Parts: sequence; C-alpha cells; structure tokens
Amino acid sequence: MKRDALIAVAVFALVALAPLTGESYWLRLGTTMLMYGVLAMSWNFIGGMAGYPSFAVAAFFGLGAYTGAVAQKLGVAMGSAWSLSGLAALAFAALLGVALLRLRGHYFAIASLVVAEVLRETVNSATDLTGGGMGLNLPIPAMRSVEAQAVFFFYAMLGLAALTFAASLLTRYSKLGFGLRCIQQNESAADMLGVNTTLYKVAAFMLSGVFVGIAGAVYASWVHYIEPPDVFDVLYSVKAIVMALLGGVGSVFGPLLGAVVFLGLEELVWRKFLEVHTGVLGLLIVLLVMFLPKGLLSLSRRLPWARRLP
Amino acid sequence: MLWLQILANGLVLGGLYACIAAGFSLVWGVLNVINILHGSFIVLGGYLAFYLHMHFGVHPFVSILLAAPLFFALGYALQRSMINRMIAAPVLLTLTLTFGLDLMLSNAMLTAFTADFRKLILDPPLGIVSLGPVVLPVDRLLAMVLALALTGLLYLLLSRSRIGRAIVAVRMDREAASLMGVDVKGVYAITFGLGALMAGASGPLLAMIFPISPLTGPVYLGKAFVICVLGGLGSVPGAMIGGLALGLVESFGALWFGSEHATTLSFVLLIVVLLVRPEGLLGRKGYA
Repeated sequence: MKRDALIAVAVFALVALAPLTGESYWLRLGTTMLMYGVLAMSWNFIGGMAGYPSFAVAAFFGLGAYTGAVAQKLGVAMGSAWSLSGLAALAFAALLGVALLRLRGHYFAIASLVVAEVLRETVNSATDLTGGGMGLNLPIPAMRSVEAQAVFFFYAMLGLAALTFAASLLTRYSKLGFGLRCIQQNESAADMLGVNTTLYKVAAFMLSGVFVGIAGAVYASWVHYIEPPDVFDVLYSVKAIVMALLGGVGSVFGPLLGAVVFLGLEELVWRKFLEVHTGVLGLLIVLLVMFLPKGLLSLSRRLPWARRLP
Repeated sequence: MLWLQILANGLVLGGLYACIAAGFSLVWGVLNVINILHGSFIVLGGYLAFYLHMHFGVHPFVSILLAAPLFFALGYALQRSMINRMIAAPVLLTLTLTFGLDLMLSNAMLTAFTADFRKLILDPPLGIVSLGPVVLPVDRLLAMVLALALTGLLYLLLSRSRIGRAIVAVRMDREAASLMGVDVKGVYAITFGLGALMAGASGPLLAMIFPISPLTGPVYLGKAFVICVLGGLGSVPGAMIGGLALGLVESFGALWFGSEHATTLSFVLLIVVLLVRPEGLLGRKGYA
C-alpha cells in the first residue's frame, strides 16, 4: 500500500506541473483527463470492487452539476456549492442504493441506467428552479484572467482526483474493500460468512456517487453553462465503464491508466471523425470487450517489474 | 366515457408493446444477454418500411415479410460471429458488448438517415372506426392485430416446433439440453436471430403510428425492459401481459399525471414490481 501511495504521489505531482507549460490546450485536456479519472475511479468502487454493473455515473454527475448550479444561482459561494453537491450525491446514492442494490445483474444495470433519464425528466420539467430545457448559466468566478480560471479549475479537478484516488486506495486495503471483493466473488457466501452485504454495497455505492457529484459541480462551474441532455448524458456512464475496463477493473491504478489512454485515443482518433464519434467509441468498446476484457494492466502482469502492481 | 377511450388506446398500445418486448424477453431469458441493440433494430425496421413505401410504394404490412428474414439473418450472424464468444463472460461484459454494437449501429443510422423525425403516411389513409363511444384509427387497430399475430406466431413456434422445444430446453437447463444432443451454440444463434426478427418486424408497424428517428431506439429499449420485468422474463405470455399492462399504465398515467412524466412513472412502476414481485406479474417460471 505504501508503494502504491508513493507511485501515486509521484504521478499526481508530475501532473501538477502541467500548468507550467502555459498552454491552455494542455490545461483543458488535463482537466478533462482528471475528470474522467474521477468518474472511472468512482465507478470502480461499485462496478469493479463489488462487481455490480452500475450505469448510475451519469445520474450522479448531472445531479451534482445541477445541485451546484442551482445553489450558486441562489447565492451560495462556489466552494460551498461544490460541497453541497457532494452531500446531495452522497444522500441520493444512499437512498437509491437501499432500493436498487437488492437487484442483481441485468436488473441492477438497467435500473441504474434509467435513473439518469428520470432525473433528466425531472430537471426538465422543474423549469422555475433549473431553467428546464433552456439550461442554466453559472456566475463566472471573479478572477484576473481566463488563464487564471483555467489553472484554478485544473487544480480543483486535480485535488478531487487525488482525493478519489486516496479513497480508493484506503478502501482497497480496508475491511470494506475486502468485503466488497468477497461480494464480487460470491455474494451469498459472503453474506453467510457474516459480511453485512447490504451495508457494504450501499457504502460502495455512496463512494461511487460522492466524488462524481462534486466532479459534476466543478464541471458546471468550469464550463459556466449546463443543460439536461449535456450533464445527464448516458455516455458519462459508458465512458467511465470503458475507462475502467481499459485499464483493468477492480484495481487501484487501472481506472486512472484507462482514463489517460482513453482520453489519448479520444484526442488522437476522434477529432478526425466528428461525424462518427460515437460509432468509433462503439467499435473501441467491441474490440476491448472481445480481445482485452481484463484491461491493459493484465498485460503488464507479464512484466516482472510490474508483477506486484495491484 | 373518456376512460373507455383511454382504455381502448391503452390496449392498442399494449398489443404493440407486447410485440416489441417478446423478442427481447426471449433473448434475455434464453441467453441471459440484454440485447441493447433491440431498440435500434426496431428503428431500422421502421426505416426499411419507410423507404420501401416512399420509393416503391410498398405497404408497410408487406415490408414486414421482407424485414423478417433480413433481420433474422442479421441477428444470426451477429450471434455466431461475436456474442457466442462472450456468452459465458460476466454480465458487465456482454452488456457492454451489445452497448458498443448499438453505438455503432445508431451512429450509422444517424449519419445515413439524420436525426429528423419522419412519418410514414399512407395514401389514402385508412380512416377511423367508431365502436360506440370509442373511436380508433384503423391503421392503429390493424397494427395491433398484426403485432399480436406475430407474437402469437412466436408462441406457436416455441411451443410446437422442434427448434422451439430446443430453445425452451436450453432455457430450462443448458447442460441437460446439451447432454440430450441439442447444439447449444446453434440454438443461441437462432434465438438471437428470432429476437432480431421480432424487433425488425415490429419496426414497420410502429412506423405507421409513431414518427421514427434514430433517437427513438433507446425509448423502445426501455419499454421492452420494463415490460419484461412487469410480465416476467423469457416467456411470450409474460411479454403479452407486461405489454398490455404498460400500455394501460401509460395511457392512464398520461391522463392523471401528464405525459411529460412517462419515464418517471414507468421507472417507479419498475422499481415497485422489482421489489414486490421480482418474478413478474405472471408469477411462475413460465417457459415457451
């Protein structure tokens, strides 16, 4: 665990130097990458460790974005609005988890998929509070320049990503992480042996919600304008899963690695195919599932120096 | 008398829903695969009917005859080449695989047909028929009858034919079926083909009634899922009951709560049924 933490600190410190390049392109890319990392690592709590195929990332993301935006519209300061989003996602995940986590397999997957749709419909029809389909403008933070803002949001995302990573590392080596892996392997057996499966699953679901909620709020402040189809986009859920799969499901570094590689692909390949953007994503998913279902880290297991990477 | 009309609308809608869900339910029940492509297959079938009608004046009812073998072949090939290889993988992987395939198909449709909503308009229109206080458009009524007939045919195929019994046998116990000499992978491919066929054949029926667009695929997929949960998984009568139930709930829900809350309503229904009666309304493990 100590070794993983050291590696992570080195990586995050290296990433923290990115603003020194002074290029706003790299800064924007870095912020997006860190956000993707948060989504993938968060999904990993419930999808990777506990083995529950959740599609709820988009729901948490949109909920966080709208909580943050509405709070700021009502006059709450940005930082407090972000925390509020985290709390909202945490509470929502707890309630939802109690209801949905009794379901297994496909039932859970689809039920969690529909949650984002339901929230979108609700936000769409609550026009006085959320602006409905017109979307919502956010106050632009009072800062010297556009560049200063970009740097600020980069570090905000970096801090959130580091927090998420720390949480997943701690979880992985705690009793909770052990219990979750038991649930993933055989839930009935885990239950019988005294693992409080309901509690553990709900805890994992809450962990998978809170950071995504904050990420949604940071994203909303970052882009200044949100609308329901944008922040409740099911592709957020899908991308989180794909990134985790790409890196290696269930591991600590896998989702982060997946986020980096995924964004690299997105930048290198998809910029050239705007028309068939989702189609190429689909192709990537198919190839990934068919030929590399255990992720990139499973390849590295063959290298002697990386054998002990979790 | 308003509620009689709404009852009739709900039943007509429900008949169509049964047809949408039957193939989806079959694939889910037998293969334990959620076919995310199902919604896009329906839309593709709708486009087939739309273009055949526009360019060649083919009646949508006739284009079903063309759609059925085409979609069966498509589904069969897809299962043989890809999904069969992943069939033993965890739920997450098969789900993600069909999701990826669906992204490709819906993107292709978006590029080919654009996102515009199109409507297949029959010329001359079939008119309406009044039964006492209830008024129904004839095309809707015919579409419902055909949808129920298709679903009935599937039921007959599963309960009477040799291949149908093989499918049911695989659904009941895969190992035992394979010990009895059933070619399980072949049965899987045929089952997936049948699921695609039902989707592709219900497309033309829906195209006569609702506007079609690549964006409507997920809507149909969601309905198919809710119906399966409502009626019970993997049985044709289950899909029938679930479809009628959803049709009625949507019609009366639109009256009481407003149609903008349709998704929320069916979601709440879904959760309640899953928590209270996870085996579905039919309540027993029905095969065939």
